[in-house]
Amino acid sequence: MSEPRDFKYTKEHEWVDAAGDIATVGITAYAADKLGDVVFVDLPTIGSTVVEGRVVGEIESTKSVGELFAPVDGIVLEINDAVVATPELVNTDPFGAGWLIKVTFTELPTLLSYDEYSALVGE
Amino acid sequence: MSDSSDSTATPERYSPLHAQHVAAGASFTDFAGWQMPVRYSSDLAEHHAVRTAAGLFDLSHMAELVILGPEAADALDYALAGRISAVAIGQAKYSLLLGREGGIVDDLVAYRTGDDRFLIVANASNREVVAEQLRERCSLFDCQVFDESDDLALIAVQGPAAYEILSQVPGVDVPGLEELKYYWSTPGTFKPGGDQHEMLVARTGYTGEDGFELYVAPDVAPVLWDAILDTGEGSGLVPAGLASRDTLRLEAGMPLYGHELGLDTYPSQAGLGRVVNLKKEGDFVGRAAVEAGAPEGSRVLVGLIAEGKRAGRAGYEVYATSGPSAASLPELIKGHELGEGHELVEEPVGVVTSGALSPTLGYPIAMAYVDAASASDGARLFIDVRGTRVPASVVPLPFYKRETRS
Repeated sequence: MSEPRDFKYTKEHEWVDAAGDIATVGITAYAADKLGDVVFVDLPTIGSTVVEGRVVGEIESTKSVGELFAPVDGIVLEINDAVVATPELVNTDPFGAGWLIKVTFTELPTLLSYDEYSALVGE
Repeated sequence: MSDSSDSTATPERYSPLHAQHVAAGASFTDFAGWQMPVRYSSDLAEHHAVRTAAGLFDLSHMAELVILGPEAADALDYALAGRISAVAIGQAKYSLLLGREGGIVDDLVAYRTGDDRFLIVANASNREVVAEQLRERCSLFDCQVFDESDDLALIAVQGPAAYEILSQVPGVDVPGLEELKYYWSTPGTFKPGGDQHEMLVARTGYTGEDGFELYVAPDVAPVLWDAILDTGEGSGLVPAGLASRDTLRLEAGMPLYGHELGLDTYPSQAGLGRVVNLKKEGDFVGRAAVEAGAPEGSRVLVGLIAEGKRAGRAGYEVYATSGPSAASLPELIKGHELGEGHELVEEPVGVVTSGALSPTLGYPIAMAYVDAASASDGARLFIDVRGTRVPASVVPLPFYKRETRS
């Protein structure tokens, strides 16, 4: 399994782990920390078409609601049922067990590198 | 005593306990210009700790004003909605500072600390307006108003283990702590080493649990904070941030200024009619407006509970129906107007002021202002949660009530 250092990132604080034509998507530790304890996630339907930059789901904490944006154009291949059942996985392991969706794509848009994202959040 | 109401020149303010919070790994949030801990690790864990053991809160951002003088009690009878002159020395009273139009300028707690001395604790965001209004209203009486906010830190120990912990903190001496009644206060001392420091200990709080609030000098606060944490560690005490404080007070049905209370809110709308004492002799600011009553058609504050996990949040609209569908169409036309362009528009019957997935209860709870016709217990309403109408029921407040020892 690849490490956060090898992931791509978006300005919306999501990470993308692209392998072949499948992108695994989650939110970053920074985003999870800002949200607080995640208590509910709403994820798209498997097989649905998603468009880069569009809202495809919600991540809700006791304090606020974060939107999940599709980082790529594609089709939802899989959603993380474990996170739906146990939303706190987003806090405890945002880059691993807390992943949200897997999307099949044909072309990856320009995304941020680990260093670029780290600079963005000042860490 | 110092008068320091012009201290807002600095854009960011820090609690005297800031270093403690940084060391504990807190995340911070801006609250009325103060950088305050929003959570240390997990707001849910902090919430549960307060319900089952205890939490330690830094509330040093709160505003503290001292009213001192032979006519202080009379001045507060005029300045506030309650009969403050009837408050005994050592007793505290929840009250309201009303505007002339009957709206709520702030909600506050008045502690009588002497025959001619009161401590008023108000919201941090309203410090200036409360100080200004109290000065103006008290100028008619023989008393003075001192803004002591910068000279007092406030630490709250809240939860069922609060007494057990506080009574065991080395150097803390509070005579009569165990017998201290809810909404009473007493002087205490803290002697961590050589010097002895005075503090005011009140059995008050904003969590729905038993607990204490400690008013101490800012330079003493860090030592006291550390001592309470050390003592309480084995009993499950954790430092708790403002995020958990908000869900705790919401479960306890306690209003928050800026959400449930504001200048456009009459006390009766917020369920605080009992706080306004119309029987007290003499005039008080807001009396005429309150006697005239809230305007016709004013909404009232209710509790709402929903199923599932999606919480209604501040600003979300509340509707009487599940939305425009073929089945509900005739009913809709009956009760609601046709909007511009002949599109069917259903007017909301209310709006959510605070809401969250209740950590203690496990289902979504919210406070909302709704039309009187929709406000009866058991009424079936719908919260518009980002485009989806989630069914909700009106319930009496509070949502959560602790089991009290008989």
